[in-house]
Amino acid sequence: MSEPLRIVVAKPGLDGHDRGAKVVARTLRDAGHEVIYTGLRRTAQQIVETVRDEDARFLGLSSLSGAHNHLFPKVCELLVKEGLDDVIVFGGGIIPFEDRDVLFACGMKAIFGPGTPTTEILDFIIKACEVSNAGVGQNGDWHWESSA
Amino acid sequence: MNLITEAINGDRRAIARVLSGLENRNFSLEQIKVNFPSIFSNQVRENWSSIAITGAPGVGKSCLIDKILIDWSSKGIKTALLAIDPSSPRTGGALLGDRVRITAIDNEKYKDLIYIRSIATRKSSGSAPLIVSDMVEFLSAIGWHRVIIETVGSGQSEVRCAAITDRIVVVEGPARGDGVQAEKAGLLELADAVIVNKSDISGASQHASEIKESFELGLGQTPPIILTSALTGEGIEQASTALLELEDTGRSKKAKWRERLLAEYERKILESDKLDEILEKLAIGSISIKDALKLLGDD
Repeated sequence: MSEPLRIVVAKPGLDGHDRGAKVVARTLRDAGHEVIYTGLRRTAQQIVETVRDEDARFLGLSSLSGAHNHLFPKVCELLVKEGLDDVIVFGGGIIPFEDRDVLFACGMKAIFGPGTPTTEILDFIIKACEVSNAGVGQNGDWHWESSA
Repeated sequence: MNLITEAINGDRRAIARVLSGLENRNFSLEQIKVNFPSIFSNQVRENWSSIAITGAPGVGKSCLIDKILIDWSSKGIKTALLAIDPSSPRTGGALLGDRVRITAIDNEKYKDLIYIRSIATRKSSGSAPLIVSDMVEFLSAIGWHRVIIETVGSGQSEVRCAAITDRIVVVEGPARGDGVQAEKAGLLELADAVIVNKSDISGASQHASEIKESFELGLGQTPPIILTSALTGEGIEQASTALLELEDTGRSKKAKWRERLLAEYERKILESDKLDEILEKLAIGSISIKDALKLLGDD
């Protein structure tokens, strides 16, 4: 890989638990990527503007509050509305398998639950770069099958 | 080149992509200048356009910049912030967290007047300062009134990023004891103003007078030394107004040009086609360092 990927890691909504987001940010950093961390309690609009101004290719959303099916689709919608449809979006946190199809339908490409090996996230990043139409608004039918 | 036109028209994503293009060397500032000479020609430069805010980790640079951004935006000044953090020399990765402390951009009234971009120094310490300088020039050309560069005052590439700007502000804090005086010297030498932050903690005003004293012992004009507290807001208005009108003390001119010259020279070496060949010869011992310098100096 010639240039490092720029990846925004964000915490949407009212949720103060950022250990997971920090672990993911650290993993991505150690894999040679440039990770922009937004800090806690961001609105969907703030996250989308950060992705836009930082010219990020990937956006990772973390939620442990249970509000993922409200917050994540909102972020995806806004990204598309702002013309950022080629940004690849993934998520993580306490997200039951039965909630995930809704998120994939919004254009998210992976959801990682507790216990996911960090190497799997890196494998996903590599794979997502190869797949065409992996952007949130590009209606591609591929998504990552995560182990947890 | 559509991208450039969109950026000139103020499209934020296009601006972000142009900066990435410059950073990744997909195109150069020279190419933009050739294609869009008009935006560079009619630049009215009253006072300065770029300022570096630098200092040791934890002295409160980001919080201070946040307060300055709020003050400047309320005056209608469009400001871009380039926040520079080091890349890991081992993996090339970076964690860019300066945005976390910037709240000014969360205010609906101000957000169109502020652009924040996090920048990693990447692997070559020589090229980061020059890329930042290209970014500053482009942002100024498309209508950003002021560009703030936030750097950590440690490491060559960070100090050199500061040295490419029109003005340099060094942020200090209280309780930075004798043990760090030596390290400070290098940075303070470049300062057009010194802000001693955390004035709410005891020792700040004493530290400010110590700095003042040390400047007065040396040659040249003493830069403004301002006490602030980003926490309580004390001194912030005075500081942000003073920075807007900041004069070049002239003291740092030579030091700045030294850093710029070194950065340019380092880039010349790093971008030389002969670099790989020379490194290989050095590694097997067929040439000496002196020969290598001669070879590099040829072009």
